[in-house]
Amino acid sequence: MGVKLLLDKVHIEGIRYYDAYRKNGGYAAVEKALKTMSPELIVDEVKKSGLRGRGGAGFPTGLKWSFIAKPEGVPRHLVCNADESEPGTFKDRYLMEFLPHLLIEGLIISSFALGSNVTFIYIRGEYAWIPEILEQAIAEAKANGWLGKNILGTGFDCEIYVQRGAGAYICGEETALLESLEGKRGNPRIKPPFPAVKGLWDRPTVVNNVETLAAVVPVINMGGEAYAKIGVGRSTGTKLISACGNINKPGVYEIDMTISVEEFIYSETYCGGIAKGKRLKACIPGGSSVPILPANLLLKTAKGETRYMNYESLSDGGFATGSMLGSGGFIVLDEDQCVVRHTYTLARFYRHESCGQCSPCREGTLWMDKILKNIETGKGKKKDIDLLWDVQRRIEGNTICPLGDAAAWPVAAAIRHFRDEFEWHVDHPDECLKRNFGLAHYADPIEVVT
Amino acid sequence: MSEEKKLFKVTIDGITIEVEPGTTILNAARQIGGEVTPPAMCYYTKLKNSGGKCRTCLVEVAAGSAADPRPMPKLVASCRTTVMDGMVVKNTTSERVLDAREGVVEFLLINHPIDCPICDQAGECDLQDLSYVHGADASRFDFEKRTFVKHNLGPYIQLHMTRCIMCYRCVYVADQVTNKRVHGILERGDKAEIATYIEKALDNDFIGNVIDVCPVGALTDRTFRFKSRVWFTKPVKAHRDCSKCCGKVHAWFRGDEILRVTGRKDQWGEVEDWICNECRFEKKSIHDWVIEGPAEINRHSVISQGHYSGKVGTTKPNEPFSKVMKGRQPNLLMDIHSVSEVNPPELDLSALPGPAHSTDFPKRKDTGEEPLTISEKSKGRLG
Repeated sequence: MGVKLLLDKVHIEGIRYYDAYRKNGGYAAVEKALKTMSPELIVDEVKKSGLRGRGGAGFPTGLKWSFIAKPEGVPRHLVCNADESEPGTFKDRYLMEFLPHLLIEGLIISSFALGSNVTFIYIRGEYAWIPEILEQAIAEAKANGWLGKNILGTGFDCEIYVQRGAGAYICGEETALLESLEGKRGNPRIKPPFPAVKGLWDRPTVVNNVETLAAVVPVINMGGEAYAKIGVGRSTGTKLISACGNINKPGVYEIDMTISVEEFIYSETYCGGIAKGKRLKACIPGGSSVPILPANLLLKTAKGETRYMNYESLSDGGFATGSMLGSGGFIVLDEDQCVVRHTYTLARFYRHESCGQCSPCREGTLWMDKILKNIETGKGKKKDIDLLWDVQRRIEGNTICPLGDAAAWPVAAAIRHFRDEFEWHVDHPDECLKRNFGLAHYADPIEVVT
Repeated sequence: MSEEKKLFKVTIDGITIEVEPGTTILNAARQIGGEVTPPAMCYYTKLKNSGGKCRTCLVEVAAGSAADPRPMPKLVASCRTTVMDGMVVKNTTSERVLDAREGVVEFLLINHPIDCPICDQAGECDLQDLSYVHGADASRFDFEKRTFVKHNLGPYIQLHMTRCIMCYRCVYVADQVTNKRVHGILERGDKAEIATYIEKALDNDFIGNVIDVCPVGALTDRTFRFKSRVWFTKPVKAHRDCSKCCGKVHAWFRGDEILRVTGRKDQWGEVEDWICNECRFEKKSIHDWVIEGPAEINRHSVISQGHYSGKVGTTKPNEPFSKVMKGRQPNLLMDIHSVSEVNPPELDLSALPGPAHSTDFPKRKDTGEEPLTISEKSKGRLG
């Protein structure tokens, strides 16, 4: 059993409410940070901890914080990105639902470090029941003097507001989120300028993921250096993984990024193996937008080394033979799942969620969806596979925001690793609708010739 | 330190130019002019925040600046990226850029109806020009295209959403030029459309400018609809004393009749100044206007063909092409004279008495081969 820093107290009765949370060491980090540390010191401590953004991109949090512009007389803002809409990712929901005070605590410390007096939580519209939980936590924190004017007598004022989104995946992109928060259409902005310079209402803004902000609490409690000792290499601390798909025990797990992928899938502590005794075929290790990996490349890297659940190891080999840790949405496919069907589902999702602002994404996602539908329903031709490859290649990197890449990567990876499955669909139009195409050889980790 | 503002040196496709700090790559390229200028479908100099959406102006930055010469990993939108001192940009010299641009044109066209034969914009359409230069000769999209219902936005403007490429220019015009915007983008992704939500007339003194900024035939002038092809009309510079706008326009004549009035467009297809609805839609009599003279039309434009020569507008160039274009040779897709007997260069049409007949064109030397059938001809052209 690895170290737990975020979910260590989640099983305590009533931890969702202030009394139980405070009794179990809650808000100690706020006390420590506000009373004994300066904002610069907190940023330094977060830098030392090596904490990386947990939303998907893995950008070092301390570095992001140090970029924030500090012009005279202009307010700064911290925005918590709780628009967790990536298919397969549900770790933030779990955190907010069961440990709302942990997020509030992290938000107070981070707001203090960044000088944000008005902080926002932008929460996904579909999480209809969570704003109430958060607002109740905010009210409790305020009643006990952790929020509001002159917190702990330090002269620091902070208010936290919860804003619900209207159900758009694109609003998880930080600039689209800011647009939406300003009350506009959620179109991503063109960068530069970056939010750290011109964000919410053109003021310097930092947008962080829920888990990142929650992780600030253990960083302050134990110190940055101690936090950096957990984990391995540049993957420090712990990460929440939301595991789903054909596994015995789906759920949210906290790992310390030193365990192997094999252990994570098969050990009883975590996923508990593939459901119904079937074999592992493929897995998307970091939320729907990262490349899918076949079993042989998932458990071992192309060089034959064991693959671990951390940022570096999962991306070993680049996109040719690797993937990404991403947001930690771990989707497992067993031998009976059809990769073409699966890719079509994702393509449909990205088509539906594209904002339509820039042409490659608006038209390309539509086109990929239509081609994949044809292949999946037995109307595809061999040349469609090459066309699909061409379309995704011309979307990737040419769009305003990363949604274009996110739509292109799963398609690219599916063709790269499972091309014979696409070809089988083209060659067997009658059978492919039955959808129990297993291609079992992917289930047996085989030697990869490099 | 001298009082002079320091200029930034930027190299685009091997041509170096000095520009003011804060200039975008696109505007630096426009100062050079010619083929190094990336096409722009959504950027409009006069409209703040426009650009960055169509992705046709993507360029490769081979070196970020003199201080930090690392290349930028992704292609950047030249209309929204400002130059740095010592920046090296590749536009037509980069394979990546040409490939991406071909991709963007393909994406823009897959749902475009390509109904140019019945579109009022044909002949002055940015998308038409773009696809001639960067498009492929056949579509790989074999699905039903997206269509929308046509809407009349009031008495003057028709919205043909099917043709729209979502450049957002008309939204910015309504935001920045008129006092109240009543239209915008509804829905998202491929279902996104320009609309007024509840069908409503666009009613504002300056709303007619959305017609001028529209790069395609999505927003057209109802007073000019189906009146004439643009290349049969003659643009003439004209002005009148207008209390609302500058009053400086292009009046498009056929005979003595003014068929339509538009803003004056520069060589990049952008209007010099906004004009009001009264000038645009109401003043269609020759007595309303003071005629200044012929408007300059790019001599490559279809509008300058045929009816112009010797009277107004362009003059026949005397210098060879390479001299006009500073040493560059014309960028021809094919030599038309290799497949056609009509109008051979050695024949001076103006020397013929009356109209030319097929008998005026010398038959090509008989090669002893069978003449090409039509299908083979078209095959050869497509191949």
